[in-house]
Amino acid sequence: MSAVASQDVFRGGFANPDFDAQMVFRQIMNALARPGTVCMIDAFTEPPAPLSPCTGAIAATLFDADTEIWLDPLLLERQEVVGWLTFQTAAPLAETGFDARFALVSSGDLLPPLERFAQGTQEYPDRSTTIILQLDSLEGGVPLVLAGPGIKDRHVIEPVGLPPRFVEQWAANNSHYPRGVDIILVADDGLIGLPRTTRIEPTDGQEA
Amino acid sequence: MYVAVKGGEAAIDNAHRLLADRRRGDRSVPAMQIEQIIEQLGLAVDRVMSEGSLYDRELAALAFKQARGDMIEAIFILRAYRTTLPRFGYSEPVDSGTMQIERRISATYKDLPGGQLLGPTFDYTHRLLDPGLMGDEAVGTPPRREAGDRQAPRVSDILAHEGLIENDSDLPDDHPAGDLTREPLEFPMARDVRLQALSRGDEGFLLALGYSTQRGFARSHPFAGEIRIGEVEVEIDVPELGFSVCLGRIQVTECQMVNQFQGSSKSPPQFTRGYGLVFGQSERKAMAMSLVDRSLRASELGEDITAPAQDEEFVISHADNVQATGFVEHLKLPHYVDFQAELDLVRRMRAEFLASQAGDDVADNGVEAAQ
Amino acid sequence: MKSETDSAEVTLQNARRAAMAVLARAEASELQKAWNEWPDQPDVQLLRGPETGLVMVRGRIGGGGTPFNLGEATVTRATVELSNGQVGHAHALGTDKEKVRHAAIIDALWQDETSRPAVEDQIVEPIRQRLDRQDSTRRDETAATRVDFFTMVRGEDE
Repeated sequence: MSAVASQDVFRGGFANPDFDAQMVFRQIMNALARPGTVCMIDAFTEPPAPLSPCTGAIAATLFDADTEIWLDPLLLERQEVVGWLTFQTAAPLAETGFDARFALVSSGDLLPPLERFAQGTQEYPDRSTTIILQLDSLEGGVPLVLAGPGIKDRHVIEPVGLPPRFVEQWAANNSHYPRGVDIILVADDGLIGLPRTTRIEPTDGQEA
Repeated sequence: MYVAVKGGEAAIDNAHRLLADRRRGDRSVPAMQIEQIIEQLGLAVDRVMSEGSLYDRELAALAFKQARGDMIEAIFILRAYRTTLPRFGYSEPVDSGTMQIERRISATYKDLPGGQLLGPTFDYTHRLLDPGLMGDEAVGTPPRREAGDRQAPRVSDILAHEGLIENDSDLPDDHPAGDLTREPLEFPMARDVRLQALSRGDEGFLLALGYSTQRGFARSHPFAGEIRIGEVEVEIDVPELGFSVCLGRIQVTECQMVNQFQGSSKSPPQFTRGYGLVFGQSERKAMAMSLVDRSLRASELGEDITAPAQDEEFVISHADNVQATGFVEHLKLPHYVDFQAELDLVRRMRAEFLASQAGDDVADNGVEAAQ
Repeated sequence: MKSETDSAEVTLQNARRAAMAVLARAEASELQKAWNEWPDQPDVQLLRGPETGLVMVRGRIGGGGTPFNLGEATVTRATVELSNGQVGHAHALGTDKEKVRHAAIIDALWQDETSRPAVEDQIVEPIRQRLDRQDSTRRDETAATRVDFFTMVRGEDE
């Protein structure tokens, strides 16, 4: 009985699980197909803090009993968060980032180095971790210029709260292609996809 | 030249309506109910479940009805349906030792604890058509006999002491069970994935392969150590509850084939085993599966691979009848353009052949003339 | 002291598991009737489901060895909350959503100490007895097909 701290873990799932998950899935797919574009969702969950309704919706859409998940230390110590994710998604906890299909990170400063996650193999590059990174905002931060497949010329994003040296880490992630991790940035009602094929270009007048 | 063509929509639509009509057949004959199929054609339902790799009698019976009794079509429909459902989790391994037994026989021990229980078997029938079944003759209730609480331990457990028979399996305890519905097949494969593939494999294919081992293509001196049919409990660990719950029972057939083994550089002489476990009541399938499981262990046991039934890639790649039917039957789909290209190629090669023959004739004549 | 509390909790948990196992094997009509006849029905809110999915059924190599994936089975589950805040869960093989919804409600009622005796006596126990009778009949029918070997002539007795 001790596995469940509170009955609240049973609440706060999608109101219409099938349609809501389909809608969110489509937006995640769009976000990864058009990197940099802010894709909005309008089906939410009510997870325990510090997970946001949008992050919870992505978790409820993507996680299941076959996807091992890695949680940052802050999330891991909140029993109601673990309980909520377990009940809503049945996803087992991964022992390390290397075993995780998904990672859930509640803020930029809790994001471990990207090479600490599964990178996939040359034969199966899909066996890698997709990191869901919750940020304060997707607008108003230091501009990053994106380029690569799915982007016509250049696309600028301004997420707030990425960890320091993220741009260098991302360049390293690019260099392992086809291996590497993919990231979904989440804030408020929107998400931005950063697949491993997307490059962050140096901006004019400053080193990226 | 390539010409894109389109059409046939009306023809396809009408063909489906015709199919529905023929499936229903003579309207003066009552329509078959799903319950009738489950109750009276149970072994057909079991085969659809076992090769469809989905335990659900109602859905399997529906698939069987929809497929007009075509087994592989029904299996295909059931497999397609399962892909629409989310997977909630994995059961605890079912325990065949605590089975509610409906049949249990051993060809190696006459007097084994729990006894020889024949159950509802076709064995010992004379295979004479029964005119009584043309109608709806009343069927009496089966006789009973006080069963008491006799236990029927697995034969392999009885034999295990003495070391004359090998253990259940040699995979390490922490070996994660592979799942061919989640990961692509890779050869060589571990025995766990092989058993999953065999359990959903085509009964006819496995039967033929098992038969081939008996006829001398990878002879393995098999004895039916034990066959048991009955219901086992399915439990699943529910993380939000913190304990496992029973979901109900499923019927399975288990076969322990015991094989004489002369030993090799890797293993001492002892009895080895082949294992069969399938959904429902399907003794032939479980027996064939256990024969093929044993023959596929050739390299593990240090035996020479000399026969088809020992060739893992050959057996596993061709055991799935849905894959097989898909590839064979796709040949009937339009290949107009491919064939047009082949036709051109054959015309060209033929022209070259005739031209070179004409040349040869000239040359031959030359030689003859010289002689 | 602590171990006593723990063992009481384990006993309670085992009793609940046993009741849930009976509900999983019950007929849909039995559970519907039980719920329909329940006095002072609380309001029921669905927290999850009832929804149908799959469980991968596992066996063991050789019967007792390493686990392997045998094949899937349909399973339906539901989680409900009663107006008194009690949450109930149910899982059962098959695709019957109404049956599982009723089973989840009955699980919630079972957990409430005041209603547990009535749930056990009026719902769970009668179904358990029916299932036991059914098992016993089948065992006796199977036992009737047990072979009694007898020796006709012993060669060495000549």
